[in-house]
Amino acid sequence: MMSYIARRFLYAIPILLGVNILTFLLFFFVNTPDDIARAQLGDRRVTAEAVEQWKASKGYDKPMIWNSDANGLKKVSETVFYDKSIRMMFFDFGSSDSGRDINYDISQRMWPSLAIAVPSLIVGLAINISFALMIVFFRGTTIDTVAVVICVFLLSISSLFYIIGGQFLISKLLHLVPISGYDTGINAIKFLTLPILIGVIGGIGSGVRLYRTFFIEEISKDYVRTARAKGLKETTVLFKHVLNNALIPILTGVVVILPLLFMGSLLTESFFSIPGLGSYTIDGIQRQDFAIVRSMVYLGSVLYIIGLILTDISYTIVDPRVRLN
Amino acid sequence: MRLAVHTTLLTTLLALITSHSAFAAWNNPYAKDESNKNILYSAFSERPKYLDPVRSYAESEYRFLAQIYEPPLQYHYLHRPYTLQTQTLTQMPDIVYLDKNGRELDKPIKAEDIAFTEYRFKLQQGIKYQPHPALAKNKDGQHYYHQLTKQETQSLKTLNHFKHTGSRELVANDYIHQIKRIADPRLHSPINGLMQNYIVGLKELNTELKTARSDSQTTIDLRDFSLSGATSLNDHQFSIRIYGQYPQFIYWLAMPFFAPMPWEADIFYAQPGLAENNISLNWYPIGTGAYMLSENNPNLRMVLDKNPNFRGQKYPSTGDIGDKENGLLDDAGKMIPFIDKAVYILEKESIPYWNKFLQGYFDSSGISSDSFDSAISFSSGGDIEVSDEMRAKGVSLETVVNTSLFYLGFNMLDPVIGGTSERARLLRQAISIAVDYEEYISIFLNGRGIAGQGPIPPGIFGYQEGKAGINSMVYDWQNNKYQRKSISYAKSLLEKANYKNGIDGLTAKPLSLFYESVDQGPDSKARLNWLRKQLEKIDIQLIIRSTDYNRFREKMSAGTAQLFNWGWNADYPDPENFLFLLYGPQGKVKHKGENAANYNNPEFDRLFDKMKNMPNSPQRQKTINEMVKMVQHDAPWIFAFHPKSFSLQHAWYKNTKPFIMGNTGTLKYKRIDTNLRNQNREQWNQPVTWPIILILTLLIALIIPAVLAYKKHERKRAL
Amino acid sequence: MVLFGIKLVFLITDILLFALFAIIIAYFLYAKRHEHIYAPWRRLLKNKIAMGTAAILLCYLFVAFIDSIHFRLPVEHTTQSQTTQSTQIPNTQSENIQQFQSETLSLLDVLLTPLREKSETTYSAPFASHSFTKQTVEQDNGQQIRIYPALKYGGVHLREGDSKLIDISIRSLPGVIKGSLLTLFLLLLIASRNKQKYRCSFRQSLTRLLNSSTGTQWKPFLIVMGVIFILTAVIAELSTVYHVFGTDKIGSSVLYQSLKSIRTGIMIGTLTTLVMLPFALALGIAAGYFRGWVDDVIQYLYTTLNSIPSVLLIASAILMLQVYLDNNQDNYTSLLERADLRLLFLCMILGVTSWTGLCRYLRAESLKLREMDYIAAARTMGVGHFSIITRHILPNVMHIVLITVVLDFSALVLAEAVLAYVQIGVDPTTESWGNMINSARLEMARDPAVWWSLTAAFVFMLVLVLAANLFSDAVRDALDPRGESHAQP
Repeated sequence: MMSYIARRFLYAIPILLGVNILTFLLFFFVNTPDDIARAQLGDRRVTAEAVEQWKASKGYDKPMIWNSDANGLKKVSETVFYDKSIRMMFFDFGSSDSGRDINYDISQRMWPSLAIAVPSLIVGLAINISFALMIVFFRGTTIDTVAVVICVFLLSISSLFYIIGGQFLISKLLHLVPISGYDTGINAIKFLTLPILIGVIGGIGSGVRLYRTFFIEEISKDYVRTARAKGLKETTVLFKHVLNNALIPILTGVVVILPLLFMGSLLTESFFSIPGLGSYTIDGIQRQDFAIVRSMVYLGSVLYIIGLILTDISYTIVDPRVRLN
Repeated sequence: MRLAVHTTLLTTLLALITSHSAFAAWNNPYAKDESNKNILYSAFSERPKYLDPVRSYAESEYRFLAQIYEPPLQYHYLHRPYTLQTQTLTQMPDIVYLDKNGRELDKPIKAEDIAFTEYRFKLQQGIKYQPHPALAKNKDGQHYYHQLTKQETQSLKTLNHFKHTGSRELVANDYIHQIKRIADPRLHSPINGLMQNYIVGLKELNTELKTARSDSQTTIDLRDFSLSGATSLNDHQFSIRIYGQYPQFIYWLAMPFFAPMPWEADIFYAQPGLAENNISLNWYPIGTGAYMLSENNPNLRMVLDKNPNFRGQKYPSTGDIGDKENGLLDDAGKMIPFIDKAVYILEKESIPYWNKFLQGYFDSSGISSDSFDSAISFSSGGDIEVSDEMRAKGVSLETVVNTSLFYLGFNMLDPVIGGTSERARLLRQAISIAVDYEEYISIFLNGRGIAGQGPIPPGIFGYQEGKAGINSMVYDWQNNKYQRKSISYAKSLLEKANYKNGIDGLTAKPLSLFYESVDQGPDSKARLNWLRKQLEKIDIQLIIRSTDYNRFREKMSAGTAQLFNWGWNADYPDPENFLFLLYGPQGKVKHKGENAANYNNPEFDRLFDKMKNMPNSPQRQKTINEMVKMVQHDAPWIFAFHPKSFSLQHAWYKNTKPFIMGNTGTLKYKRIDTNLRNQNREQWNQPVTWPIILILTLLIALIIPAVLAYKKHERKRAL
Repeated sequence: MVLFGIKLVFLITDILLFALFAIIIAYFLYAKRHEHIYAPWRRLLKNKIAMGTAAILLCYLFVAFIDSIHFRLPVEHTTQSQTTQSTQIPNTQSENIQQFQSETLSLLDVLLTPLREKSETTYSAPFASHSFTKQTVEQDNGQQIRIYPALKYGGVHLREGDSKLIDISIRSLPGVIKGSLLTLFLLLLIASRNKQKYRCSFRQSLTRLLNSSTGTQWKPFLIVMGVIFILTAVIAELSTVYHVFGTDKIGSSVLYQSLKSIRTGIMIGTLTTLVMLPFALALGIAAGYFRGWVDDVIQYLYTTLNSIPSVLLIASAILMLQVYLDNNQDNYTSLLERADLRLLFLCMILGVTSWTGLCRYLRAESLKLREMDYIAAARTMGVGHFSIITRHILPNVMHIVLITVVLDFSALVLAEAVLAYVQIGVDPTTESWGNMINSARLEMARDPAVWWSLTAAFVFMLVLVLAANLFSDAVRDALDPRGESHAQP
């Protein structure tokens, strides 16, 4: 087991290196150091000399990938790529183009993201599972059909509408919660209620539909039929057998996205001005601060890979038949 | 039995909900105990990048900086046109002209004799810095935090983690220290290049510092370097010497670039490990102003607290006509500041921002945005007033024409559209007439602007109103109003230029021009279509090339554009700040200056040199008029429009007057009526709970039959 | 290409869309002749929901299609004739060269000319006769009053005291009749076709059709079509005198924008799959079929691509496109072409972010298939890899491809709106639901709110996505009855 995990992590290294090279190429093809300098210096009365000075102070004056003037290993290490990307491999993100320490920002902004994502996930899971169970209970009836159609209807609505509509209704018309903002500690609750509510409602459609298929699949298996034949109560069958077994695909599905919860939600966070990592990413894109964007890309891919590994592990834990090799 | 349980549940819930509404509003985004405090709430949409006064050059940063730092001069809050007054000085600086040997010139002074100008300053006694760890000293007079090691700084994540703070008196050398910082290559001051042309010795200092910086990684103490153009006589007197004459220099003295900076700050922030913790001058200013930044969390909020060491100033006792009637002089002579604390909250989306303003959680609408249109009605005449709904809430509106200009430039280096030939001039003239900016303003700006007649915006010396200021090449004066010349007249100009019906008489090809667009917003299509239609009116095809801003800038410096849009925002209220945009030696292509149209007219340049050094006087006005007539005739720009900005205030927000000189802090003049604010907030934010109750009831109503159905189902199975 | 005096313009996306239609038609013609391929489709035809939603999808596709026929109209000759009469320079050339307007229109634009040209000055609510905002108007006597000014086009026929509701009802009547007639016509058309097919009397054919006793479920199809026809006819009828969906900030019709957005939505939903398909097919099958190092490389490739958060990948790609356009701007002079290229590029990059899923399924399926006896037999007989793949593997994975295509469609349409919000979606000048929602965000903050742009985008999008989702469920059931391989979240 341990050796498997170790191997998987080793396997992740070339992938991360690939991600790094790709993002480096993408972003520096788009934005030359000159562009970055100008974007940071503003455009009033900026001289060419000022641009050069800025580049020198941020290390952008070196060659991009290959330094032919240097000797030995320095041919590689005295380059922008080495400076900006290799260090990133070891989670040293350096400072953003505007001069703020990215690691510090990430450590600060992680918590609001989690404060929304984790409750949304848990509440969403609970609600989706109970709704799905209810529907499965009435499977084959009109209630089932109507519920599935409602699910499809709900998942056909763009998440933007949930957010705009929710803000408009709950905050603007009904004055129930503050329309946006964030605070630390216990005060955060009033700010988080609406985003979490919207997150949960937005996920009901797809969640319930998916879990319903899991349950239906489980319910058609032989052992369930046997259990029912034994005269067990329908609720007992549902809760004891079906739910227990269907939890396996549900939970493994959840494990994949667990690490990505850190990344936060782009839309929710910027609509509710919540200082999480999602809005951090959007800021980076919109202000063309590529140091931030590249760091977030890297972080995202690391978390994604962790998610994959976790999924594999969780498979073996819940289902001993699956062996790791 | 079961039903009874449900009803009790419902009633408790109801009771819970209704009892809550008796308390403060649910949607109050602030802590409950804050409501009675004298706190101003405002928002910022983009986090300030640099709060180092030598580096910052943006409106969004000046909002904070101007409250904290005190340059020697400031603008008077109420007087219009904007006039300078002292801030930390006892009197306005003495201006002395020197000959090339540095000797004072005797009167009468001849302009050609002037080699240097010297500004002499006298500081007020007893001005003290805000409490700051950089100034903290122990009993022995040693600074607490000037020799920190990396280990010690590791745990210090914000400035509040420093236990001790201290203060000291403001001295003349602090001003000189800051001017030296302008020359420091590591600080990237945007005016470094500009000021090297003026301040004596700044260029030399810059070279010196550059070598010093490249030599070593050790910290440099700017006190070890001297600047020949800035000297202090004693702790309260200093002088700045500049080359030749530059009367506009006095305006720079009201900008944070020239605010005092204690040397301790540089030493303090240069200590190892602090920059990694984001503790730098860009995040934690140290000033003498009425407010100090006590919380800097640009991800969430910025908080300004009253500076306990502030010496106190008095609210102005004189104002303009109408100020007294508007209650702006009610506080005349009282000690300022009034507000104890100002909280700025990050609000990037305009919907929440606007709604919070309507709910009374922001005191004023600081940034202008589309959503504000709803509050405001525009009349065809351009008058703007608050809508009836807003008026009922007690919201008032303030509008002001910005001292800025948007222009549509013609690249004068272009063979078709540019040059001094009569043909090209007539073409430019015809286009100037055809592009109907009055229409643009009413469609795209909702009337928030006035069409330009020349390069100088209203509110700046040299601007002329009414018939005197008319651009007679484009407009006629009819019925006491500007009247744009007709399209047929524009067509006749084209015919004269041998572009009859848009066909080039020489090549027999239809004339088509390129327009460089950096417009990316949702309205951009409509705007570009509009522009194309304007030129279609005189049979000219406009081909739009859209680029991003970086590419656009490259094109401008290469001079390959034909038509382009650009704007300029005044640094200071002097016509020089606008006319220099057309000054030959500022040519973008040749001299990398700000003259993007590359307009080059020797006569204009001669007058500019003359006008630059004149005091505001009828003669100056005359010279300016001549220059304006010249550019109206040559038409290197279409003087598109001067934007208007407006802001809305709640009734409890007092002493507000539109003030666009962002580099002077005005927060200190403002006052808040907290009682009225609390009343209104309460009244506007009663939670509406019935839909929730309804939904809950419905849910229960749905669950009961489901449970019943289940019971029935079970019973059936049991049988 | 000049046809009937108008100059046809082919945008890249137009060509691709036509190609897609051609492929689909070719596939069905091919399938019709091969019963084993056609059988699942027959199952689909018997599915009520599939037939009902197919009607909706067809209508959307039709609008997208006629919006993809682009051309430039000739310049009117009034000014030109003057030129030739009075000009001093002998100008024989310009007479021969046909001049075209610089504006490129689509067939839909021309059909909707009244909607396009009847623009007000600013916001007006649906069916309004007066502006949404108050304005100060100067009266004849020079006095200024603040009123809601009457619109230029909307409801001008109404007189003082006319009831709008009655007027709308009366004016809808012809629409209802026209729509019903059209539906009836369609009904008869299908019935007469069935009559030939089943060799029965017309009457029998009609009753079979209405009782849904033919194999194909025409009844839901006809009902949905009827509703669409009637709605379209009523809206067309009302549009002559009202702005049915209101007008936006600069007074242009929201209905027009919503209709124009259909093309963008369809393009994103379909072209994305079309562009990614070759890669996904080639790489997925190659990985599964060849295994070994090929498999490793391909797996590495898609894991790497997949692990980059897609929003960021899209953002950087869109920025790259900007750079490319600026370096080659002489090739793309018109806004439309640039916007079109951006649309295509967006489809491509969305394809890059979404092909990995399909690739993985294809790899798994090919792994399974290559162990099949007949393929092993073919290999031992010395059949080349290429022909094994094209003859045996490709046809057997097509159902996976189809299922993915329809499943992805709705997700892509929804993604467009989100990308527009982050400002990395389609060009801001392109009409799309995302752009509509994006600008409508600000309108919702008004007091009273301007709700109609948002609502229109919402309704148009919802109908399409809902139909696509229901349809894709049906397709999945029909093609992959066990539905195992695609219980994806």
